[in-house]
Amino acid sequence: MRPILLSGHERALTQIKYNRDGDLLFSVSKDQQICVWFAHNGERLGTYHGHQGAIWTIDVDPTSTILASGSADNTIRLWEIKTGRLLKTWDFPTAVKRVEFSEDGSKLLGVTEKRMGHLGTIVVLDIKLDVDAEQSDEKVMTIVCEDSKATVAGWSYLSKYIIAGHEDGSVSQFDGKNGDLLYNIPIHELNQPITDLQWSHDRTYFITASKDKTSKLITAKDLEVLKTYPADTPLNSATITRKKDYVILGGGQAAMDVTTTSARQGKFEARFYHKIFESEIGRVRGHFGPLNTVAADPTGKSYASGGEDGYVRIHHFDKGYYDFMYEVERERQNKLNQQQQQQTVSA
Amino acid sequence: MAPSFDHLRDEDLDEDDFDVDEVDISDIREKYEVQLEQGYDAFVVVDGLPEVTEEQKPKLVKFLLKKLNTVGKTREDLIFMPMGEDGKSMRFAFVEYSSPAEAAAACRQLDLVPLDKKHTLRVNKLTDVDRYGREGRIDDEYTPPQIEEFQEKEHLRSFMADPSGRGRDQFVMFRGETVGFSGNNEKDTPENIVDRQHWTETFVQWSPLGTYLTSVHAQGVQLWGGPSWTRQRRFAHPFVNLVAFSPNEKYLVTWSNRPISIPEEGHPALSLDTPAAATAEGDAPKKAPKFPWPAFKWSADDKYVARLNPGQSISVYELPRMNLLDKTAIKIEGVVDFDWAPATVQRDGVKTYEQLFCFWTPEIGSNPARVGLMSIPSKQVVRSLNLFSVSDAKLHWQSEGAYICVKVDRHSKSKKSQATTLEIFRVKEKGVPVEVVDTIKDTVINFAWEPKGDRFVIISTTEPVGATAVPPKTSVAFFCPEKAKGNAVGNFKHLRTLEKKNSNAIYWSPKGRFVVVATVANTQSSDLDFYDLDFEGEKPESDKDLTANLQLMNTADHYGVTDVEWDPSGRFVATWASAWKHSMENGYHLYDFKGEQLREEAIEKFKQFQWRPRPATLLSKEEQKAIRRNLREYSRIFEQEDAERISSADVAVVEARRHLLEEWFAWRESIVQEVAEEREIYGLPADPAAELIKAKTSELSTDGEEQVIEEIMEEVLEETEEIVQ
Repeated sequence: MRPILLSGHERALTQIKYNRDGDLLFSVSKDQQICVWFAHNGERLGTYHGHQGAIWTIDVDPTSTILASGSADNTIRLWEIKTGRLLKTWDFPTAVKRVEFSEDGSKLLGVTEKRMGHLGTIVVLDIKLDVDAEQSDEKVMTIVCEDSKATVAGWSYLSKYIIAGHEDGSVSQFDGKNGDLLYNIPIHELNQPITDLQWSHDRTYFITASKDKTSKLITAKDLEVLKTYPADTPLNSATITRKKDYVILGGGQAAMDVTTTSARQGKFEARFYHKIFESEIGRVRGHFGPLNTVAADPTGKSYASGGEDGYVRIHHFDKGYYDFMYEVERERQNKLNQQQQQQTVSA
Repeated sequence: MAPSFDHLRDEDLDEDDFDVDEVDISDIREKYEVQLEQGYDAFVVVDGLPEVTEEQKPKLVKFLLKKLNTVGKTREDLIFMPMGEDGKSMRFAFVEYSSPAEAAAACRQLDLVPLDKKHTLRVNKLTDVDRYGREGRIDDEYTPPQIEEFQEKEHLRSFMADPSGRGRDQFVMFRGETVGFSGNNEKDTPENIVDRQHWTETFVQWSPLGTYLTSVHAQGVQLWGGPSWTRQRRFAHPFVNLVAFSPNEKYLVTWSNRPISIPEEGHPALSLDTPAAATAEGDAPKKAPKFPWPAFKWSADDKYVARLNPGQSISVYELPRMNLLDKTAIKIEGVVDFDWAPATVQRDGVKTYEQLFCFWTPEIGSNPARVGLMSIPSKQVVRSLNLFSVSDAKLHWQSEGAYICVKVDRHSKSKKSQATTLEIFRVKEKGVPVEVVDTIKDTVINFAWEPKGDRFVIISTTEPVGATAVPPKTSVAFFCPEKAKGNAVGNFKHLRTLEKKNSNAIYWSPKGRFVVVATVANTQSSDLDFYDLDFEGEKPESDKDLTANLQLMNTADHYGVTDVEWDPSGRFVATWASAWKHSMENGYHLYDFKGEQLREEAIEKFKQFQWRPRPATLLSKEEQKAIRRNLREYSRIFEQEDAERISSADVAVVEARRHLLEEWFAWRESIVQEVAEEREIYGLPADPAAELIKAKTSELSTDGEEQVIEEIMEEVLEETEEIVQ
């Protein structure tokens, strides 16, 4: 199907995110704008004004009530999605590179940049999922990353752990309650920063993307690497699709490294891999800059990518996408269908 | 009596006014300190001289001096030749050089040098003679040296036996810092044989028959081989840059742009089979960096090696003794280039053994340029050809030495325009007739003979070749002989020209018939055209008298290709983009001979790809013919095997996938259950957000009445346009 091209940003995209129902798509970019779009037709619902710096990150709570954003103006802001009203601003000494709600929306974590003598930190804030409630100023918890700064972080299932990806290619597991470091495991190549970390729907495992040109599927519980997806270009983002067992990777040669001799050098494509078999299935072209962020619709109907070129492209999947199956998958499907039939018959 | 330690007087022990450390004795020390063995280091002993009488002696000394002064400085009065009681010399002499370094050089370079036909010099350091030859150092009784028990070495040709029985060729890949060998597996991942980090420092090179792999290091070169890839031999040559083998792998020449500086070590030329290393003249490594490579050219049977002295002569050395043939270089005034016949040629009507080489000289003064064919060892010019208005010439031998094509670039009288003629010597025919192809109007930039065949391809361009940003358009032309009666080869005729190409390189299949015409090292285009010259389809009427039927089979594109190589069997073509030339999309492609891509792999910092050469077949002509006759039967067997292998590979893949799938769902099941249990313990709902959403929707619905949202979608099913008149 033809992709929907969203041209609402004037500068490079930094993150895009679907809400839980998959009907809204939020996008932030370096042009200090937050946009929200209808995912099914690409119509813009509105924008959120207030940030005074490039916005690095965004997240939406599970009920699609509140929006959190982190920016280079050293703030995390909370917005009411419906009205665009600014609910709360937290100030930090440095830029905020990542925000994420916990699975029930009661907590928000923020990753702050290491700069000007400040170490990189992961802060946790308590959130009341009520647009009229007073949000607390207090930080519930602050984790200081002394060795290598965290670039990305997220909450695991039950908010049990905070998982962080670091600049040196390692992944840490912190206790979600008290912030103790439980593990720090070198997962990606040394000193190749982890650029993205996205969860499976039940937050039991996650996918990382790294500049070392690989993406890995890792368990939240004991940081075991389940799968590795090799690409031929530095990766900026990776996501796990619903309904089908695929992962989507996005990346491309960094703008400053792109040679002028050949457009094909850039490799500005979204790559689909089979999640379980680790084999590449296909690529989607279209962007004319590196892909900075990819997101999969939680309902499995579409995916979107945001590029350095300032565009967001929403792709709705065709029938062929759903029909495609490896023979062993089909085998399993048939078996399951049979079992179901038997059950209904016996019932 | 001078004060000594034994007779100490009391006043000598008066420490108040006498401090040993204060006394400066350095001048005395310098004067009297005994320098061990110094003084003899500059002496050498020359053995193996002829026996002379007192009268003949000055003559011999004078003659000897000439030799001795080639490596250092010595004088007549520094040569001492002891005479025996019978008035005859004792056949050796002591020689003093002006420095120990010169003496060392003399031992290195003059030892084993023939003085005349009967006598060979042996030169040793006097200190060595003293050290090893002194009385008592050598047992009077002969004790036989212990001969080490024979240890069987690995078979160096074991690579010829492919364990899968498919006769797959091997190749070496040098990527990043790793060197690895693999067996060609066509479409599948190559089967890795061995992979080592930092195996070489600069590049790797196969020996011509594929027996050894050469790795190049700062200290020298190493040869590797055998089934377990052990080191076979090591040759020290500091800062070596280039390596060249003789055609039969007997000899190896290494070259460095720095002079050999470590004494006692490093010979520019080393032999593999003879324990005494044949040392070429030591001046070779000292030449300027623009030294022509290979510096030494070998005859096809490794019997002779020759070196060009540009503009003057060609020195031909006999192996294994490495002595100059007939003791003099062959004087050819103005000689620019020469090349040995790549195979031992049997000329019509010539019975004696000979090796041929071809050389050319440019126009000097009013003398015309000349191309000559010389026979060695007789040094006879068997054929020569005079040419006028020549600006350059290149020599191209056909692989069997049956033809040599001299590509002559001629300028017009005004020296403005250039045109090329091809002068083809039919070496095997009586009297070596020369045929001229002068129908080409343009400058020919590339030429290649069909291996073992008699057809050739040229690439020509109208514009002068220079360092232009956009390479000029080229045309590719095919030539083949006319049909002739019997076994004779007819005149070379133009077959076809393909205009407006970008191609700049020609790669013939080692078995002939197929040729790849490619555009390499070009940023704009990178075509690979695969041609068949014996196409089995219909032949155009115009070509019916020619011995070729040209057909373009396929055109492939490999972006940024820098090198192309056929495998030794002529079944596959590897093309690669080397990180040595540029850093874009480094990696290799593999094609079959039809130009169908089998494999493509992008590897960062991919540097080098080289097929392992194979030695010549051991089958006789008849056996080969028999195989060709029954080819259909053989191919049926192979096809069957291929099909079986593919299907079994498929089964294995499916099995592996099934396993992965099971593993994954097993893990999912366990983790889902675990999380559910944990949730229950904490008293959390199964779905953390479900409750929240429910709460929110109920809140919303109480706010206002239920809303119906209608969306109208329009879809155009068909659109027809009719023009109504």
